[in-house]
Amino acid sequence: MQKFANPTRFLRLQSAIQPWVVAATIVLFAAGLYSGLVMAPPDYQQGETVRIMFVHVPAAWLALMIYSIMALSSAVAIVFRHPLADLAAKTAAPIGAAFTFLALATGSLWGKPMWGAWWVWDAGLTSMFVLFLLYLGYIAVWQAIEDPARGALIARIVALVGFINIPIIKFSVDWWNSLHQPASVFRIDGPAIHSSILIPLLIMATAYTMLFLALHLSAMRAEINARKLRQMELAHVGSS
Amino acid sequence: MKILAALIRRDLTLAWRQGGGVGTAAGFFLTVVVLLPLGIGPDQVLLQRIAPGALWIALLLSVLLSADSIYQTDFEDGSLELMTMGPAPLEMVVLAKAFAHWLAAGLPLAILAPMLGFLLNLAPELVLPLTVAMVIGSVSLSLLASLGAAVIVGLRRGGVLVSLLILPLYVPVLIFGVSASRGALAGPDIFAPSLLILLAISLVALVSVPVASAAAIRAYLK
Amino acid sequence: MELTGRNLACERGGRQVFAALNFTVAAGHALILRGPNGAGKTSLLRMIAGLIEPAEGEFVLQGGHQDLEPGQQAHLVAHQEALKPALTVEENLQFWAGFLGGGDIERALEALNLTALAGFSAGLLSAGQKRRLALARLALVPRAIWLLDEPSVGLDAASQVKLQALVHTHLEKGGIVVAATHTELGIRDAATLDFSELAA
Repeated sequence: MQKFANPTRFLRLQSAIQPWVVAATIVLFAAGLYSGLVMAPPDYQQGETVRIMFVHVPAAWLALMIYSIMALSSAVAIVFRHPLADLAAKTAAPIGAAFTFLALATGSLWGKPMWGAWWVWDAGLTSMFVLFLLYLGYIAVWQAIEDPARGALIARIVALVGFINIPIIKFSVDWWNSLHQPASVFRIDGPAIHSSILIPLLIMATAYTMLFLALHLSAMRAEINARKLRQMELAHVGSS
Repeated sequence: MKILAALIRRDLTLAWRQGGGVGTAAGFFLTVVVLLPLGIGPDQVLLQRIAPGALWIALLLSVLLSADSIYQTDFEDGSLELMTMGPAPLEMVVLAKAFAHWLAAGLPLAILAPMLGFLLNLAPELVLPLTVAMVIGSVSLSLLASLGAAVIVGLRRGGVLVSLLILPLYVPVLIFGVSASRGALAGPDIFAPSLLILLAISLVALVSVPVASAAAIRAYLK
Repeated sequence: MELTGRNLACERGGRQVFAALNFTVAAGHALILRGPNGAGKTSLLRMIAGLIEPAEGEFVLQGGHQDLEPGQQAHLVAHQEALKPALTVEENLQFWAGFLGGGDIERALEALNLTALAGFSAGLLSAGQKRRLALARLALVPRAIWLLDEPSVGLDAASQVKLQALVHTHLEKGGIVVAATHTELGIRDAATLDFSELAA
């Protein structure tokens, strides 16, 4: 772990694997979109609109995964004081927020033909909405605190407190939903799902993960360069 | 214990003398309650339907706003620094301050809110369950609000940030609070579990908030 | 009792303030910190108080309570006076006495000539009187190490004499004083640590 602590080492590694990650992203998206939008059968109830699922469901998975990565990075930052950990959490947040927004937007699009309304307070969408707010709060903390070292300390706390609360929020929203309306349309029931749908879904999920990886690695590179620039400016101000 | 009692007594005295306690927060609570019928119309049936939820939302907003500066003056005048040099761990200090806030604002608001329910045509048989639920829920409302205050203590304009950070965390309290208040009409199989979950949430907050608040304050004192 | 700082370095906002700083203060002695603004005098006091971590180096306290940090056996009187304007002079001291584990309020009031002001709210005090109230904490609760940051700012001649007497009594009892100052405090047998020689 400590081996990659050095930003130079990370930058070298990033340059080496970035082209492969980008290539994998393109191939997987081509395969996932073709199998999902062309090969998979239309739903007997929802018809062609069910294909939104192949864009919506993996985005929702990624939204949760990226917040978990942020929380994990924050925990690593606290325990091991790894210099890249805070940076990894910080740069993951806007990407996670974008995936959450994608899940919300596609969910809203899916809702129009399903329920005839652009937005319905379904349990899944509501939880996703609160998750989006948690992302916005985390990003706002980094923006509000000028000193990056202090910002990192506060952001860790915000990420971990949010992470502890996600299951509690999910549970409460499900409870709330069950009081007002039964079962969600978006529910994907694991094994019962047919492989003609599951396989494209998994390919899309891998494609999204690769896309996240590609974006995250370049965002981290950009952030490291921005810090170097700041250091140089500080040194310049200090010497004159 | 004596140490924390000194702190709680001081914070209560300050809240009483400077109006940082329940007074302003109750005024804010009333304002929200008045705005509501103005926004949706004076329909008694509709108001009765939304009364528990509306009172809860007014409660959590007023608790949050009343807490946003509980660390501010202690941070600015150097008292917090000296407190870290005292014999009590900072985690206990922030817990004592959160408790003082609950006594000065959270608890009085939780008792006052159901009494003002008549303004929204709240069903009289809901007043008691609503009070019980609000008293239990206000513990976590005060604790989470104090966490928000700790996270922004060194920032010049943190008020909006606190709302963005803490209101999403209020979602479970709101849901189970309203569910407990409504549940009394629906039957004991919803009322009792909702209250227990509310209690559990308050206990989780009681354990985790002091650790997080103390960490945030240390980051600002560095 | 003896407080030693070994090879201390201080970093603020990514910039080095001082490095390779060593000092020793024994019981009954005072250390005066001198140097230009921004040289790190206040930072060193806050480091001993445990408020900021040294970038390098460590403090060793021989004697005293071994299970307490140096900061928890120290008083810090700094620019921020930690007073509540809405409380009276006496109530301010009452709180700190309670919070720091018990103290003698009468003695503290007398030591800085505040007895006549005891019942007035701290918000009414002048700058010099506020400073005296902040200094009264020193006499309120016995603590071995006194960290003073420009303690005499705003004090009139009579109060400066009071402060001198307070410091001398503390030293005679075997206490330690570390003070940053631009003016003469008139402390006997004080060693001086000059920060202008340390400037990196």
